Amino acid sequence: MTDDLLSRVARLPFFAELTPAHLGQLCAAGQPVSYPAGERIFAEGGAADRFWLIEAGSAALDLRVPGRGDQVIETLTEGSVLGWSWLHAPYRWQFGAVARDRLDTIEFDGGSVRERCDADPAFGYAMLRLFTPVITERLHATRLRLLDLYATPAQAGTP
Amino acid sequence: MSAATATAVTGSALPHPYRVVSRHADTADTVTVELAPDAAPVPAFAPGQFAMLTAFGIGEVPISLSGLPAAGDGSARRLTHTLRAVGAVTRALHATAPGAVIGVRGPFGTSWDVGSAVGHDVVIVAGGIGLAPVRPVLQAVLADRSRYGEVVLLVGARTPADLLYRDELTRWAAAGAQVGVTVDRPSEGWIGQVGVVPALIPTARFDPGRTVAFVCGPEVMMRFTARALLDRGLPAARLRVSLERNMRCGMGWCGHCQLGPLLLCRDGPVVDYARAEPLMTVREL
Repeated sequence: MTDDLLSRVARLPFFAELTPAHLGQLCAAGQPVSYPAGERIFAEGGAADRFWLIEAGSAALDLRVPGRGDQVIETLTEGSVLGWSWLHAPYRWQFGAVARDRLDTIEFDGGSVRERCDADPAFGYAMLRLFTPVITERLHATRLRLLDLYATPAQAGTP
Repeated sequence: MSAATATAVTGSALPHPYRVVSRHADTADTVTVELAPDAAPVPAFAPGQFAMLTAFGIGEVPISLSGLPAAGDGSARRLTHTLRAVGAVTRALHATAPGAVIGVRGPFGTSWDVGSAVGHDVVIVAGGIGLAPVRPVLQAVLADRSRYGEVVLLVGARTPADLLYRDELTRWAAAGAQVGVTVDRPSEGWIGQVGVVPALIPTARFDPGRTVAFVCGPEVMMRFTARALLDRGLPAARLRVSLERNMRCGMGWCGHCQLGPLLLCRDGPVVDYARAEPLMTVREL
């Protein structure tokens, strides 16, 4: 871990609520990683052993649909965290992810962060407080899209 | 009733004949029409206000102003409206060709009060056809760009094909607005954002402490957008939403558009969120 990495993580608001000690624990498991446009970051069903804090660029979450290829479900941009499947069993990616354009991230070793969470419940609780809203916000966004709010009655299949 | 009041009432109650002078297809089911008075014009509209547009022999619908008149070319009395063909009246208006005459009553309702945002950052969030009523806000702000701080436009649409004013989005960005666009359902080749429009708010550049926000779209979208803006620290009193109910008379007489204590044709459609929020989650309102 370097001071540069700490300052890069602290620059973005996602982990702002962590104490300096917890931020240090987190960053001990982090490293800067960049992806060129179009590179697959992870694939559905693979081992969910990492997560990323997006510093610049965007990533697309996708799902392979037979006959239709990889369907983009959602895009994530600067300041967002990519990946939460590392936090809960079975530690498998539920979706895939691809860099839409050049993607600069801080990549964290999910297994290492989990071990730190187990060893230090205060750190674990702090991480859960940060990641639970990620999960619920994406659930809310999915529910909103299920409502198909912008559809005309004809598009929505109602009279 | 005084003579002045009677004249105003008559003027608001009877449709004025307006001729369609231009018609631009924005999407497969949405057009923007420019209307010029065939006789006496209605009074000038402010952004946010709406007109009752009549398809003669079919009916009347409320449609918000969707553009400012061009300055200095003799078109100051023209009206611009964007409408989507969803029912009998809007299908008839959608099909109206240049040269045809439709009826106009108005202006009705409250405005966005763009002037109150001078000296502030401006955040405009629109969903679907809701981009139409806030378009004049953006046009007014960009026409006087130096008097405002950051200008942010965030747009959500169902699909890329449903995006309104696609050419203008690029021009608005070039004119100094941060423009963010997201769609619920991407099509092949779409390289923009995918997701709901409130998700664009956390990364938009504006100072919540000095921002005025204008939000228009489906009510559920406005509620979630408002929540995201409030989470950023924007005071509810500087957040405005456009509410819609069954506008009929346009003058607060018939009560069809009642929303709790508000008659939206008169007290709306633009309402401060501090006032609107308690009404937006009440069943049967």
